[in-house]
Amino acid sequence: MTENSFEPKIIAFLCNWCSYAGADLAGVSRFQYPSNIRIVRVPCSGRISPPMLFSALKQGADGILVSGCHPGDCHYISGNLFARRRFALFKNLLEFAGIEPGRVNFTWVSASEGERFADVVSQVTEAVRQLGPFNRF
Amino acid sequence: MNNVNDIITQELRAFASSLLESGEVSAFLGFAHGSLPMTTRPFVAKTPEDAQKLVWNSFCVLNLANYLPALLKSIEPPRGPKDPPPEGPLPKAGVIATGCWSRNIVVQTQENQVDRSRLVIAGVSSRGMVDRKKVLKALDGKEITKIEEKDHDLIVEADGAIKELNRWSVTRDNCQSCVHSSAVVFDHWIGPKLDDRQAPNRFKQIEDIEKMTADERWAWFSKEIETCIRCYACRNACPLCYCETCFVDDSNPQWVGKSIEKADAAIFHLLRAFHCAGRCTDCGACESACPMGIRMRLLTKKLEKDVFELFGDEAGMDASKPLTMTTYKLEDPQGFIFEPKHGQKKE
Repeated sequence: MTENSFEPKIIAFLCNWCSYAGADLAGVSRFQYPSNIRIVRVPCSGRISPPMLFSALKQGADGILVSGCHPGDCHYISGNLFARRRFALFKNLLEFAGIEPGRVNFTWVSASEGERFADVVSQVTEAVRQLGPFNRF
Repeated sequence: MNNVNDIITQELRAFASSLLESGEVSAFLGFAHGSLPMTTRPFVAKTPEDAQKLVWNSFCVLNLANYLPALLKSIEPPRGPKDPPPEGPLPKAGVIATGCWSRNIVVQTQENQVDRSRLVIAGVSSRGMVDRKKVLKALDGKEITKIEEKDHDLIVEADGAIKELNRWSVTRDNCQSCVHSSAVVFDHWIGPKLDDRQAPNRFKQIEDIEKMTADERWAWFSKEIETCIRCYACRNACPLCYCETCFVDDSNPQWVGKSIEKADAAIFHLLRAFHCAGRCTDCGACESACPMGIRMRLLTKKLEKDVFELFGDEAGMDASKPLTMTTYKLEDPQGFIFEPKHGQKKE
């Protein structure tokens, strides 16, 4: 498989209230984005724990996208704020151990940002494509 | 007999036996000599005679805070699961604590694992503990038969030959980068009170690794954990690890594979370190307990550095503040958030 024909598999963990609805809006609004993502709907970005992300990587994901509500907009008031601390440390730890910076991505997408969702997915997919298949685990 | 360790040992024995004799505590937790040179074992003294077995030297590498939750439970009067708690105060335990151990006790009180009012803490200034593996290396792996400790030197007898080592040169990495060497909470002070050591750059080891490229870091990390046998000695030695069921023992769902294969070992080490985020005091017990010489402390030190730089917290320094991961601020840094470049081509 040459680098150009490599199609990465990206697991996206989207919160039910903002990002999943944002993805829905992207679809309803017919924004184009690559079909490389597989969406897992979670109640809140605060629900996502590091073992889930490792589990995805170990089972063959080439990249990960985690998205929740913008800070201040969380349906559960503060779930994404706890998650933000967790992800900041977790991303640094992964990079410290030698996982490439573009593999695991965190972002905020609100329910009205269908276009932003399409942008995020296209750009994350492109970045992971450049990195090539994930072979650390 | 004017060696610092001897002074501390004498004071410790006198203090522990007076507490036990007066009945103020029903157990005193410290260290006793181990069965091999350069080893100590955690020891619970329950009578004033027992207290004479307590020792203090540079080989007290385990973290005594680790044993406190179980010790406090064990000295409570026996009762059934539905029986009400006994009337009056529960029995107390005494413990000796250096800077890092006392900070772990603070973390345990924040997490409701120990009741501070049931502890009598004998504070001590740590002069750094010796890394057994460094001594063995300095002696080319020869079997050490006897070791004598002076204030600044170690006199090691191995295979009939005697060698003198500078004590500081063989202290543990975490002790060399320590900035809180004296107990932060205590009820009584044992031995001389020294100023906290000021390590010139406590995060030097981490910064050196951060300078490498991702591939180099992965090569370093893989090499480091290559010999891991998943014995969980690091977990068991850790005063932060008290979960009833550990994530590595979960089987449904089984998040972490149980093999010593590279991916499983890597995930285990990263998750174990991550669980200590904002709670680790860099006591080095994990590394000292590791039979394979893995430096897993570097991962927790990295988290300690990030917690300090991003959120300005140091674990166990202030019992009135919430733990880093149990709180948040609206203005927490979020430079790691992926921001897409706006405006894709739309059809």
